[in-house]
Parts: sequence; C-alpha cells; structure tokens
Amino acid sequence: MNIPYTVEIRPDTGLANGKLGIWLFLASEVMLFGALFSTYIILRNGAAEWPHGELSVPLGAINTVILISSSVTMVMAWASLKMNDWAKHRLYLIATFVLAALFLVNKYFEYSDHLAKGEGPWHSTFLAIYFTLTGLHGLHIVGGMIVMAYFIGPGAKLWRANADQFANRIEYTGLYWHFVDLVWIFLFPVLYLL
Amino acid sequence: MDNVSSHGTTAHGHVHEPPHEHAHEELGWWRKYVFSVDHKVIGIQYAITGLLFLLFGFCLMMIMRWQLAYPGRPIPLIGQWLGQARAPMGIMLPEFYNQLGAMHGTIMVFMGVVPLAVGGFGNFVLPLQIGAPDMAFPKINMASYWAYFLGGVTMLLSFFQRGGAAQSGWTSYPPLADIADGQTVWLIGMVFLITSSLLGSINFIVTTVQLRAKGLSWMRLPFFVWAQLVTSFLLLLAFPPLEAAAVLQLMDRLAGTSFFLPSGLVISGKPLAVAGGGNPVLWQHLFWFLAHPEVYVLILPAMGIVSEIIANNTRKPLWGYKAMVYSVVFIGFMSFVVWAHHMFMTGMGTTMSAFFQTTTMIISIPSVVILTALLLSLWGASIRFTTPMLFALAFLPMFGIGGLTGLPLGLAPSDIHLHDTYYVIGHFHYVVAPGTIFGLFAGVYYWFPKATGRKMNDLLGALHFWTSFVCINLVFMPMFIEGLAGMNRRMYDGGMQYKYNASVLHWNVVQGYASWGLGLAQIFFIVNFFMSIKWGKAVDRNPWEATTLEWSAPSPPGHGNFLTEPIVYRGPYEYSVPGAARDFSPQFEPEKA
Repeated sequence: MNIPYTVEIRPDTGLANGKLGIWLFLASEVMLFGALFSTYIILRNGAAEWPHGELSVPLGAINTVILISSSVTMVMAWASLKMNDWAKHRLYLIATFVLAALFLVNKYFEYSDHLAKGEGPWHSTFLAIYFTLTGLHGLHIVGGMIVMAYFIGPGAKLWRANADQFANRIEYTGLYWHFVDLVWIFLFPVLYLL
Repeated sequence: MDNVSSHGTTAHGHVHEPPHEHAHEELGWWRKYVFSVDHKVIGIQYAITGLLFLLFGFCLMMIMRWQLAYPGRPIPLIGQWLGQARAPMGIMLPEFYNQLGAMHGTIMVFMGVVPLAVGGFGNFVLPLQIGAPDMAFPKINMASYWAYFLGGVTMLLSFFQRGGAAQSGWTSYPPLADIADGQTVWLIGMVFLITSSLLGSINFIVTTVQLRAKGLSWMRLPFFVWAQLVTSFLLLLAFPPLEAAAVLQLMDRLAGTSFFLPSGLVISGKPLAVAGGGNPVLWQHLFWFLAHPEVYVLILPAMGIVSEIIANNTRKPLWGYKAMVYSVVFIGFMSFVVWAHHMFMTGMGTTMSAFFQTTTMIISIPSVVILTALLLSLWGASIRFTTPMLFALAFLPMFGIGGLTGLPLGLAPSDIHLHDTYYVIGHFHYVVAPGTIFGLFAGVYYWFPKATGRKMNDLLGALHFWTSFVCINLVFMPMFIEGLAGMNRRMYDGGMQYKYNASVLHWNVVQGYASWGLGLAQIFFIVNFFMSIKWGKAVDRNPWEATTLEWSAPSPPGHGNFLTEPIVYRGPYEYSVPGAARDFSPQFEPEKA
C-alpha cells in the first residue's frame, strides 16, 4: 500500500506530506525554545543582579560563524542534488557534518572551562540557564548530526531508488538544520552579549 | 482478532493478484498485531491500553474513597498487600494517599483519556472518515504508540521505587515537587508521553490536510475530524512548554539548579542548600500553558464523537454545523490565552486576573454554541435510543453541568472562595468523567461494529449506561455541596479534623458506595466487550445507516481500508433529505443512488 503525496505534491495544498510534517515539527520546537526563552526573561527580570562577562565572546562568535557556514553548506548539499551533482552533494553534506562537530568541540572547551572552576549549572541562575539552553541546543545539534550521518551512510542508497524522495529528505533535514542554527543566533546575543 | 485477519485479505481487493496479496500475508503475528504500522491496529492498541489505564486509575481512586469515607480504618481485601511503606496494618499512610492522588490524575489525563480519545479514536476513525488508506507517516504512528507505552510503563514502575511514586499532585507544583520523592521518574515518564503526543499530532494534522479523499472539501469534513484537527494543534503547540518545564524541573532535581526554588527557602526548619533565585510561579505558568489547552484536548474529541452519534440517531443533519466548526477553531485559539485562571490565588495581581477572567468568559461562548447546537439538533427528531445514543445524550447535560459550574471558578472573586475545595474537583470531573468518558464509551459502542464486524449487546449496554449514570452522579454531585461548605480537596482524612466540615462528612460515605457501585457497573461493559468480539451480532458495512465515509469500508476494514478509491459527493450529515429514497444519503454515494 502506498501513501499518496509522499513525493509528489498535492495540487490543492501545494505540499508534500513530509514538508508539512517538518514545518509542524519546527512549530512545536519554536514553542519549546519559546518557553525556555520566556523562562530566561522572567528569571532575569526577577534577579537582583545579573552577571556579565562570564562567557568568552570570541569562542561564541567563532561558533556563530561555524553554524552559519554549516547552514550554507547544507543548502549547497540540497542544491547540488537538484543539479544532479552527486559528488558535490557528498562533499557539502560531509562538510556540514564536520562543521557541526567543530561546533561541539568548541562547546566542549567552553563547558570544561566552567566546570574546571567548579561552576556548574548549580552555581547561579545565569549558569543554570546557560547550561540548560545550550545543552538542549547541543542535543539538537547531535540529533541533526545523527540524521546527516544516516544520509551520508546507509540512507544514501535511496538516491538511486528514488532521487526525488532523497532530495526531499535532504531538504527537510536542511529546514531542521536552519532552525537549529536560528536558535543559536538567538542564544548567542542573549547569553554572551546582553 | 481472528476476524480482523480473515476480513483483512478480502478487504484488500486484490484477490486476483497473488504476489501483492502474498506480501501482506507474510507479515508475521508480531508485525501484524504488535509492531503494526496499520492505523487501525495502532488505534485499537491505543484504545485498549487507554481503557486499561482508565480502569487502573479508577482503582486507585476507589482505594482513596475508602480512606475518605472511613479514615484510619484498614482497607479491606487489598490492604494487607500494600506493604509497610504504604499502608502498615492495612491503614493508609498520608504519603501513600498523596501518591494515589498524584498518580490518579496523571494516569487518567495523560495515560487514559487522551490516548483513548486521540490515539484510539483519532487513529482508528480519522483516516477512515477522510477516505485515506492510512496515516501519512505509518512508522511514526507506530513510534508514537510505543513512546506512550514506555511512558506508561515508566509511570507504573514508579510505584515500586524507594519512596514510592510522585506525590505532588498531577500539577507537580514546586517547591514541593522539586524536593519530594518519586518526582524524577514522573518527569521522565512525562517526557515519553509528550514525545508520543508530538509524533501523533503531527501525523493527524498532515493526514487531515493531505490525505482527504477526492471531493472532501473542508466544509464537508465530519465534525469529529474538525475536533481531532483542533485537538492535534493544541497537543502540538501546548505540550512543548511543559516539556521545557519538565526539563527545568529535572535540572532542579538532578543538576542542583534553582529554576523553581526561591532564595531563602527553609524546609523542616533547615535552610535548603541551593543557589536560589528561582520562581515557583514560573512552573505554574508553564504547566498551565499546557494544561489548560489540555482540558480542551480532553473534551473536543468527545464532542466530536457525540456529534457523529447525535446526527446518526436523530436522523437529521447537525443543527448549525458551520457555527460548530467555527466555534471549535475559535476554542482552539482562545485556549492558549486563558491558562492563568488557574492561578488567581498566586498573587499575580488584579490586572492579570482581570485579563484572564475576561478571556475565560469569552472562551465559554463557543463551548456553549457547540452544546446548544447539539441540543437543538434533537428538536423534533424521531430519536433512535441505541446504546451509543444513550451515552451521547447523557453527555449533553453532564458536560453542561461541568461547564456551567466552571464559570464561578473563572471569575477571580468567587474563585478565591472555591479554590482548592471539592467544588473544583466536582467541576472538572463533571467535564471529564460523565462528560468526556461517557462520550468515549458512546464512541466504543458506536465504532465497535466497524472494528470487529460485530455489534455490542444492547441489554448489557443499557445496564452499563443506567448504573453508571446513577452512580457517577452520586459520586460527583455531593462534591459541590462539600466544596461550597469549604472542604479542602487535599485532606487525606476527608477533612474530619476540621469542625466546619462536620455537616458534610456523611457525603464521603455516600460517595464511597457510589464509586464502588460505579466500579461494579463497569463489569457490564467488560463482559459485553469481550463477549461481543466473539458472539456479538455480525453486521454489514453500515449497521447504523450512517452517512460518513468510514461506513463505506468493510467491517473490519483490511490493510489499506477501502476496496475502491472513495469519492465524496456531499456534506457529512445528509439525513432525511426530502425526496430521497432512504432517510440517509451517504457521502460516498453519487446523486442518482
């Protein structure tokens, strides 16, 4: 049995199933991070004083650049599929994966700096928010990397069997990846600069 | 279950096409009934698991009712099995009472009613009603059920950990929930349940938008589908903030943060060694941002079921179908801006209270519109008093009582008196128990023939209905009296330590007997359910002479649902059309029929 509109677009809605599905998923993610950012606003408003300069702005800025670059390579990975250039697709998808890994390495150094000083999430409201929000964001990065690893590895077979469906899946992965990127673009000023 | 398999092959409609047919036959027992991707099997799995949790949650409550009626007396029969940590010598400890209370709420809401209403009925009925071969993402659908299953198992196992299950109420208010035993496992269980509902709701929305049959435009959708669609949006958008809150509470418990712990907290005379700076009211905001839409998650599917059954048994179109559709969508939007009417007592200020009591009064309007439309649908009808119709008819006044008693709670001045009394318990149980659960029973009786090819017994159905109806009112009606007298809802001895409760204490005994009677009444249903699977009256595709698409599929439908691609020719409730040959004109039959 085939489910209609997995690849082809339903004329009256203009959508394939997966496209709508991933947008709905991102809507729920917006609510998740929305609640966390609201928590930040409420706790910061209620705090007597708020620490500044606890985080390394250069490290954060480097990570911002890394993630924005990874969004570009992600788009290129999808665009190369649309132009039927398999080799380039592989290159860009692997590049995205490597950039994501670099982000996490950087994050690891930031985390261990704090923990070495004995300043974990228990230390203050600011660090509680910092570790929880960036931790959850980091989990989203890991989730994205797992999906990319699948499409670099065993999932790549689909390209031969059903090129359109494979391109769609890379597109949906990309939409998710841009969202993860976008969350960081909010996190960076909120935690590092303000 | 034998029935399902034998019909499954004929229903597929490719009997003359052996290789294709073979592919389905090769599915082993495990893939077919346990790890199935068929929406109907998943729906039945959800429904049965949900019904079992409802029964279990109800049993917890019957034990609590003993303690309330006869505080300090050993619990008969099972008391000796509960153990020293829960009930030494069979006498219930306050801590155990708190666990029962917290878990009764959690189980009934998150593991009973919602999985049955959305996971069960949504999965089984929605794709059939829109003429789809299955859900849009069958594997995600299966994952949704198993996430729910894991969440349920986690919650059940939490009873056996040291210190017992969660005991801070289903609302889990900090600071208590941040420090009390059992809460960590509760939070982990909730993360599973939230994941399950996220996967399910995405699936329902995509299925409804993308897989509607040819000709099934939005205003031809059965009201049940509209109700499920709005419900799915609520689950999709309201649950993530609770997930965020659950993560923050987990951090408080495991990583030593103080998101919900204010500075200078003293517990049992000792200052708590945390950084502080948190805000306990923040949890309440995050929690009720989910939990108020959750109220509509509980009630909307039942409204959908009842609408289907009322149209079918009055043999008339629903009165004001369009107004009902607009109302249900409006309820969906409004339900996101009423949450803080649960928090008038937190001291959040009169401006906030004024805002939220205004939105609360506004959201009552579409609910009343729907209820009124259903009531007016009965006008002048020659009603068929089938078993599903009995439950559907009872839903109207029961939900009416539940809804109207909510108005004094939505207004800050009267809420200050009624807050945390038995009045609140009476109010929301009227909405959820004789309201929603009666609606769900109606649905079980109504779609049972579609799922099994057999009807449930009407005599047992009537006995189930009348005994349940009398008992459930005797349980909940006295709660209004107790609550107005000021009886607090969390007293483990039923409030006997307070003199002002003396005049209403005897109602606890009445409620005790009524709740055990209600338990016995469910035996009619259980017997009927299993008996009818085997010996119920065998029926054809459309035993209720109904108009919506699910009745064009075989009973039970095979994998893929329909023998031919369904095409929709008309609106959902064309009953008693003047000039038509019969009193029902199904959506799937062209004009000339």
